[in-house]
Amino acid sequence: MSKIIYLVPLFPLIGFLINGLGRKFLSKPLISIIASGAILASFIVSVLLFINVKNTGSISAAYFDFINFANVVIPFAFQIDQLSSLFLLIITGIGFLIHLYSSAYMHEETSHHYARYFAYLNLFVFSMLLLVMGANYVIMFIGWEGVGLCSYLLIGYWFKNINYTYAAKKAFVMNRIGDLGFLLAVFWLINKLGTVAYVDVFANVSKLSQADITIITTLLFIGAMGKSAQIPLYTWLPDAMAGPTPVSALIHAATMVTAGIYMIARSNILYTMAPQTQAFIAVIGLATALFAASIALKQDDIKKVLAYSTVSQLGYMFLGLGVGAYTGAVFHVMTHAFFKALLFLGAGSVIHAMHHEQDIRKMGGLKKYLPITHITFLLGCLAIAGVPPFSGFFSKDEILTAAYAKNPLLYYFGMAGALMTSFYMFRLYALTFLGKFRGTHEQEHHLHESPLAMTIPLLVLAALSVVGGFIGVPEVFKADSHWLEHFLSPIFAQSAALTESHHLSHSTEYTMIGTSTALILVTIIFAWKKFSNYVPNEGENEGFNKLLANKWYVDELYNSIIVKPIELFSGLLKNVIEKNVIDGAVNGVGKLVVASSRQLRLIQNGQVGSYILIMVVFIIVFLFAWINDLTIVRFFNKLF
Amino acid sequence: MPIQYYIYLALTLFTIGIIGVLTRRNAIIIFMCIELMLNAVNLLLVAFSKMHNGIALVTNKDSMVGIDAQLFVFFIMVVAAAEVSVGLAIIVMMYRNTHSIDVNFLNRLKN
Repeated sequence: MSKIIYLVPLFPLIGFLINGLGRKFLSKPLISIIASGAILASFIVSVLLFINVKNTGSISAAYFDFINFANVVIPFAFQIDQLSSLFLLIITGIGFLIHLYSSAYMHEETSHHYARYFAYLNLFVFSMLLLVMGANYVIMFIGWEGVGLCSYLLIGYWFKNINYTYAAKKAFVMNRIGDLGFLLAVFWLINKLGTVAYVDVFANVSKLSQADITIITTLLFIGAMGKSAQIPLYTWLPDAMAGPTPVSALIHAATMVTAGIYMIARSNILYTMAPQTQAFIAVIGLATALFAASIALKQDDIKKVLAYSTVSQLGYMFLGLGVGAYTGAVFHVMTHAFFKALLFLGAGSVIHAMHHEQDIRKMGGLKKYLPITHITFLLGCLAIAGVPPFSGFFSKDEILTAAYAKNPLLYYFGMAGALMTSFYMFRLYALTFLGKFRGTHEQEHHLHESPLAMTIPLLVLAALSVVGGFIGVPEVFKADSHWLEHFLSPIFAQSAALTESHHLSHSTEYTMIGTSTALILVTIIFAWKKFSNYVPNEGENEGFNKLLANKWYVDELYNSIIVKPIELFSGLLKNVIEKNVIDGAVNGVGKLVVASSRQLRLIQNGQVGSYILIMVVFIIVFLFAWINDLTIVRFFNKLF
Repeated sequence: MPIQYYIYLALTLFTIGIIGVLTRRNAIIIFMCIELMLNAVNLLLVAFSKMHNGIALVTNKDSMVGIDAQLFVFFIMVVAAAEVSVGLAIIVMMYRNTHSIDVNFLNRLKN
């Protein structure tokens, strides 16, 4: 079975090459068939691998030495175990659905750009697969950088709009800041252990000192902060909504942004041995969850709301990792991939129907025009809000329960975030689908349900969002029903051995589930009532609302404390250092040559006598030198 | 006579030639000095040739060792003669143009 591992990333790579190189010759249907077919093939192989892993355990394959010098050998190797096979299914499965969706969503593009889009998308899937399949941190890093690049390319896909290009640049730079942390952690590991293979690192983890582990885990977490959009590096993700909506669904909701969670879940033993880092992660995760949720309350762009909601949900996953609920975090990655991809694709369907209108204040009443989108979107909202028995309930509940076991305070804040989530999601739902249509007459005339290629992925994802949670039913309902925990237990075994599990009593859990469900339902009804007959008021937001609508002014803050000083500094370099020092040095060399040659030129005065004099003088000089022990000859002998 | 005498004489002649070339401005005198240097070399060649031949004759009375140096003297003489003919022609042309044979007038290639 390990012989077919390489096929998984190979198909998207081939798809990328064909579409990328043949973009001027291929027709649109052919392009989408190649791209989607490549991902579908990859998905089939992934399913085979998943079944194999499920039955016989992890498999690996090494191909060649990627780096081999001194005594550091880094093979180009893949490792398929429970964790990576699960991610493979998510990436290729949702990836395929989104490719299918894109083939209809992007149909207005010219075939040249259409092929460019699918080539990037395939390249993204390829990089993401490398990221999760690699058997060591270096291969992971290749994928890590690859997805960053593809994210940049796809955010800036409509590069004629300069703001989109800026958004792409912002995403790339923010990611690079995090990547530096990742890279330093890898170097640290090589320095201390001489290896970066997961198997070797986790086996030798006891050889690392406590300080080393804390530093390595913190640096890795900084990498995750950038990629998974955590405070303080989250601001790129909302701006990344400049890309096409399916891209937002695939990259900026379902897969790439979960790379940080994958990486920490993969390195769980390191984190378990570094309690300070874990506490740090929990705090950052919770802060991000609350902060982003509060911003999402007042956003009016349908994609911005979803973007902040993604940041917030990623915060929950980090909270889960921070309190040691690794299974819960991975579970939430999975369910989140389902419902957030669904919500983004639903938003895409709305935007498509509204002719690229994204402001929810100008929507409303879309229920009757877009029935399939409406019902799937509603299911997605219920799932993300955490209403039982939808998938989001199980995963969020698992994280929050683990947080409660660690520290009840974490739970209360997490619960507040969950309430905000249900509020802004149903505000979004009510403003978009309920009430009266508030757009222009022309828009109303053109409203239509999206084609099948777009509604089929919606239906599939909606089904997954509804039933996806049942692979992780908590113990409290039925003993031994948490299939996912059982499945992932080999990955987290080493950590589990180190931590004592403190189970909450069943009555506490029932109370928690009961209260949270009741509170969430109340919030939903409140939001539904408040916004279902929304009338836009022209007044400016004031006070706290204004603060939220302007995203706590974080972008402005970053601009004034980081971007502006850097620009000033660059201005100094450009106008003073460059002009005076660099140019001065370069021009100085030129001037020196000119001046010295002006002097040297005088030697050539046309007087034959002076030439002969110089000749004679030097003959005498050389003669003496030759006589004097043949010094010069020896010197030249020595030289050559 | 010992070989040193010839060497000293040749050195003296050569030095006179060099100093003459360097100090005089009259083209004819410079020419003569060049001839002097050439002949100093000729003298040295003949002297060494004779010396080596003399040493070789002791063991073999038909020896031709060192004789070839004298051949070079003839070459040098021929070349010098050719050079004189060309050089004098140049000097004549120069006199026609500048009414002088001072080499310091010849400090530019054009005009």
